[in-house]
Amino acid sequence: MADKVLMKGNEAIAEAAIIAGCRHYFGYPITPQTEVAAYMAKRMPKIGGCFLQAESEIAAINMVYGVASTGHRVMTSSSSPGISLKGEGLSYLAGADLPALVVNVQRGGPGLGGIQPSQSDYFQATKGAAHGDFHMLVLAPSSVQEMADLTVKGFELADKYRMTSMILADGTMGQMMEPVSLDYKIAPPPEKPWATTGTKLEREHNIVNSLFLVPEKLEEENFKRYEKYKYIEDNETMYEEYMMDDAEICLVAFGIAARVAKNAISEARKAGIKAGLIRPITLWPFPKAVIKAASQKVKAIISVELSMGQMIEDVCLASEGRVPVTLCNRAGGMIPSPKQVLQAIIDANNGGVK
Amino acid sequence: MSTTQFLFAGFGGQGILFSGKFLAYKGLTEDKQVSWLPSYGPEMRGGTASCSVIISDTPVGSPIVSNPDVLVAMNLPSLDRYEDAVVPGGTIYVDSTLIERKVRRTDVTVHYIPATRLANDNNMDTLANMIMVGKLLSEMNEFNEEGINAALSKVISARHADMLEFNLKALKIGSEN
Amino acid sequence: MVVFDKPHALSDMPMHYCPGCTHGIIHRLVAEAIDELGIEGRTIGIAPVGCSVMAYDYFNCDMIEAAHGRAPAVATGVKRALPDSIVFTYQGDGDLASIGTAETVHSAARNENITIIFVNNAIYGMTGGQMAPTTLPGQVTQTSPYGRDTNHCGFPVRVCEMLSTLDGPEYLERVAVNNVKNIKNAKKAIKKAFQNQVEGKGFSLVEVISSCPTNWGMTPQKALKWIDDNMIPYYPLGVYKDRSAKEAE
Repeated sequence: MADKVLMKGNEAIAEAAIIAGCRHYFGYPITPQTEVAAYMAKRMPKIGGCFLQAESEIAAINMVYGVASTGHRVMTSSSSPGISLKGEGLSYLAGADLPALVVNVQRGGPGLGGIQPSQSDYFQATKGAAHGDFHMLVLAPSSVQEMADLTVKGFELADKYRMTSMILADGTMGQMMEPVSLDYKIAPPPEKPWATTGTKLEREHNIVNSLFLVPEKLEEENFKRYEKYKYIEDNETMYEEYMMDDAEICLVAFGIAARVAKNAISEARKAGIKAGLIRPITLWPFPKAVIKAASQKVKAIISVELSMGQMIEDVCLASEGRVPVTLCNRAGGMIPSPKQVLQAIIDANNGGVK
Repeated sequence: MSTTQFLFAGFGGQGILFSGKFLAYKGLTEDKQVSWLPSYGPEMRGGTASCSVIISDTPVGSPIVSNPDVLVAMNLPSLDRYEDAVVPGGTIYVDSTLIERKVRRTDVTVHYIPATRLANDNNMDTLANMIMVGKLLSEMNEFNEEGINAALSKVISARHADMLEFNLKALKIGSEN
Repeated sequence: MVVFDKPHALSDMPMHYCPGCTHGIIHRLVAEAIDELGIEGRTIGIAPVGCSVMAYDYFNCDMIEAAHGRAPAVATGVKRALPDSIVFTYQGDGDLASIGTAETVHSAARNENITIIFVNNAIYGMTGGQMAPTTLPGQVTQTSPYGRDTNHCGFPVRVCEMLSTLDGPEYLERVAVNNVKNIKNAKKAIKKAFQNQVEGKGFSLVEVISSCPTNWGMTPQKALKWIDDNMIPYYPLGVYKDRSAKEAE
């Protein structure tokens, strides 16, 4: 423990990014993630990196696109309304198969919404960030340590698959401090022969592009990309199982909701109810198989979310209607209390009878 | 095996977040599991500031403290807002300079510390928060200088090293009160 | 003996531009400048959305296709990552002066050390001839079928004049490519805009008044004359900012 320091989640992301070799950060101020930018503004000039405050979220994501084209590790961070503005850029990054890291420290919506923690950008992150057929790798940290770990992992996966990795955190994760150890062995990034770094008159020119006017060709690009997505679903899905061995009630929750769920599970077990948790760490790819397996042995599943119920759709699909799936949620910046989750567990254990 | 949930509350500028951070660091230097979660947003600006600190022998679940074992209240609105949330058998530390009323609960232990007056009397206007923490540590039998020094050196940057001694003194004043 | 050849920086890909369009001339001028400065191997070009969307196929240097209006932000990223590279954007009027106004203004304000070739032909060509931010008052387009009514949709944007109010940019010049003399001037300006970047002087933008016979509904010859009669009076040619030259005075 001696080497551990207390850090805010937002700062842990920033420092981990630097350790991972990211030397370019572009962003636009928005609560509750501004610490990432502030940290970068302080550190980058001292290590020969570049922090630049962009004129808009749109400009920031396109600066990311520019750096990503050169093959350098690059990131931006924002919160929900700002991520909506970045949507266009996210689609272009996907269409041009560029690696980048994007952080969303979510706040309540829709519209300007509020500034308190939320998970209501689940659909946006996992299914509909912008136009076109594409996915991002969506990583959902549940501790400050994971904010750092998944940032490093996010850069590695982004490079490996030439995709955007999104850290889908929330205001609590961004603002809280916990002990962090930042002891990483960073593998050198893969070669990027596709990068636009100048031909040096030694090779054909590289083109970073998402325009394919011939539909057959564009379809082929999409098929190829989805083969890659299939491989990622088979190989990169991450989750944590907590007290699932003998569980009869299965909670599914990520991020801050998973931590509240763990408190509720302790209380439920004291009351004699065998509850457990499946915590998706990757939201895309979603841990379908483990939820399907759970649905074959538990009595009921509860999706605990800081939204009006978004992940629950994936939980329902994965559990294929075998057992009742209920929602335990708060929205708009509110967080379910352990008590509320406990009640949901008790209700589910009673077969849905309140 | 124990877990203690602390809630520090007062107004912006009282060092609420700082004292929580100090306590979290003290836990960390003693190999405990800790979390620290501030309130954030406009309410930080002159309104109420609060922070949740959890110190535990086991991994911390939710970092949100809704029902504290220990409440440190440094202004009246904070006591009004959180008094009823304290768990039965819990403890409330009240800055009695700024909070004139008594705690109404009868199922909790209450300590009244005139922290703001003590701070003023000792020319350390900004350290009423640490006087409160000093009292808290001594009541919890956690007032060990080794841990305190280790934690202070983490929360006070080297270029403000002169503040270290002041903070230590404030903690002592609190512990002796 | 070869007396006139294709610049090396220009690829062999046949261009898709309409007959009489002046994009081809401007492409050539850019490629000549790259050749003459010997910078092709370290040049990265950024294509816009608009008629020149496929410019990435026409230049032999590394190329990036940007989202509509975002080329200066993409260029900013590239230049910050590769400070020794030469980065240029090639943008039309809708891209640069409408949807990308913010990126244009702020890259200029930051004095990004990049080169922008801004092709102003007063119309959206690729989508079939709609009103552009630079469409002249009274000019008929598909979306101003009764002529641009300034009471209804406001006035054209004069980009060089607007940017010249900023302290940031190094060099702003407006040129045209409708006759030999103007083309020669345009070449000089474009080369200077690249030379400035090579010398680390900063943001250099050349606005090139260009024709669109197809969407203007004219023969190529008539379109070139239309530039003289209508475009240039509204968009006067000349240097709007040249900081180094001014400081040298």
